[in-house]
Amino acid sequence: MIISIASGKGGTGKTTVATNLAVSLKSDVQLLDCDVEEPNSHLFIQPVIEEVKTITIPVPEVDMEKCSLCGKCGEICQFKAIVVIGDTVLPFHELCHSCGGCMEVCPEKAIIETGRELGVIEKGHRNGLEFVHGRLRVGEAMSPPLIKKVREYTQPGILTIIDAPPGTSCPVIASMTGADFVLLVTEPTPFGLHDLKLAVGAVKILGIPCGLVINRSDIGNDQVKVYAAQEDIPVLMEIPFDRCIAEAYSRGKMIVEVMPEWEEKFAKLYHQIKEIVFSNNHG
Amino acid sequence: MKEIVIISGKGGTGKTSIIAAFASLAENKVLCDADVDAADLHLITKPEIKEQYDFESGHTAIINQDKCSECDLCRDLCKWNAISEDFVVNAIECEGCGVCCYFCPEKAIDFPLNTCGEWYLSETRFGPMAHARLHLAEENSGKLVALIRQQGRKLAEERHINLLLTDGPPGIGCPVIASLGGATAVLIVSEPTVSGRHDMERVVKLAAFFKIPAMVCVNKFDLNLDQGKAIETFAREKNIGVIGRVPFDPAFTRAMVQGKTIVEFDSQSEGCKAVKNIWKNLKQRLEI
Repeated sequence: MIISIASGKGGTGKTTVATNLAVSLKSDVQLLDCDVEEPNSHLFIQPVIEEVKTITIPVPEVDMEKCSLCGKCGEICQFKAIVVIGDTVLPFHELCHSCGGCMEVCPEKAIIETGRELGVIEKGHRNGLEFVHGRLRVGEAMSPPLIKKVREYTQPGILTIIDAPPGTSCPVIASMTGADFVLLVTEPTPFGLHDLKLAVGAVKILGIPCGLVINRSDIGNDQVKVYAAQEDIPVLMEIPFDRCIAEAYSRGKMIVEVMPEWEEKFAKLYHQIKEIVFSNNHG
Repeated sequence: MKEIVIISGKGGTGKTSIIAAFASLAENKVLCDADVDAADLHLITKPEIKEQYDFESGHTAIINQDKCSECDLCRDLCKWNAISEDFVVNAIECEGCGVCCYFCPEKAIDFPLNTCGEWYLSETRFGPMAHARLHLAEENSGKLVALIRQQGRKLAEERHINLLLTDGPPGIGCPVIASLGGATAVLIVSEPTVSGRHDMERVVKLAAFFKIPAMVCVNKFDLNLDQGKAIETFAREKNIGVIGRVPFDPAFTRAMVQGKTIVEFDSQSEGCKAVKNIWKNLKQRLEI
């Protein structure tokens, strides 16, 4: 089963929920941190890293000996990533989406593949929990291809928890597609509610069942609960604002490390999700 | 014209609350919300939309079933596995590269332009504002960010205003990169947590990569003094101006609930005093 943890608004507690859930379960679990622009789960899990892999995507390089300057590569490219200028062909690697169109269309077979570094993927473990995350290279614009590479580490048959990036656009979609359940973490403020509605919209497009965790549940107002009731979205957990939790978080400590009684609550959260997913698949 | 872009790396550190306070404090400015993915500034500024436009960018392939001979070439060429066995394109997976359309022997694939959002020119009680909304699950957020900043700049020029305050997106990817080019300076709003510090370090590297001068302030400073000081030390080592500390102050959330800036809500609050001080330092440094 795959549970993706998303939010719309940043800083609502995705990583808190993902890491605490991952360490509270006794079953086989893997945690994939797909917030590759700003991955944070490792700061709390403190995994022993056993594998580091540099990830590249294919981009074109032109063999000018073979090139006839026909211009077809520039014509097919939708991203202005390869341009014929005078008697040379300039590839702009940072604009390339790796569609392979230029290589396919070149009549002289003059375009060969080279790589652009997207970032790295690190894999490790802690107490039997498998941990994988991607780290986007600073300066690289495209995170979805790296997110997809992280998701290739998904092991069928065990629980996969995905820590998704904030927002509602392509990186979030890449982190939610194919999940069995999306757990949305929000805070009961106007910003939290506004972005939650956007996130719910994105989850609906994908047709995945979802539920809510309301973090810092005693700040702000009750509009998130009103909305959840209207939309029939179950509120599966509430985490009150507690300076002790906030301070532990600031030091890189999970809630269950400072308040072990929360382990049971996170285990219960998982069972509720399992029931929803099960009834969804069999109802 | 000067443009200050507020970014943070990590989401939820208080970018929007702080820029909203600046909106109250700055005299002549245009506001620009470049967090097009999950824009929130309008919840405080309550813009009256004067002009609205569609944002068109990118294409999506559509297979015309009547013409399709099911030769499978498109499925072989598609690097995103976006075409199903019965030759229907999954619009969410389609990257808009057009390779299938180019090679289809039956010319059975259309490739229309997408409308992937809207953008607005508005009036607010703080002055003019340019903002946008990317449709859900869409791509091209970077292009919309670039466009909205350009529109903000145009608004400022028309009104002879020489300050643009831009609320940036979280992260370090495409929309953030699009929010940096040509900015006078970025203000990084951090928080004193291991995550805030980690993400701030990455966004500092990003600003340096694109050679944009950066300044930093730490929000909720008293939550963890050691982390807060470590952020400031890191910044100084990188020659980044440290322009203030904001204490943890529930007045920020209360102001947000009422749709007000902290300056409007409680100008005597500790949070407001701290933000006023940051604004003063910012003005001095950038000679606004």
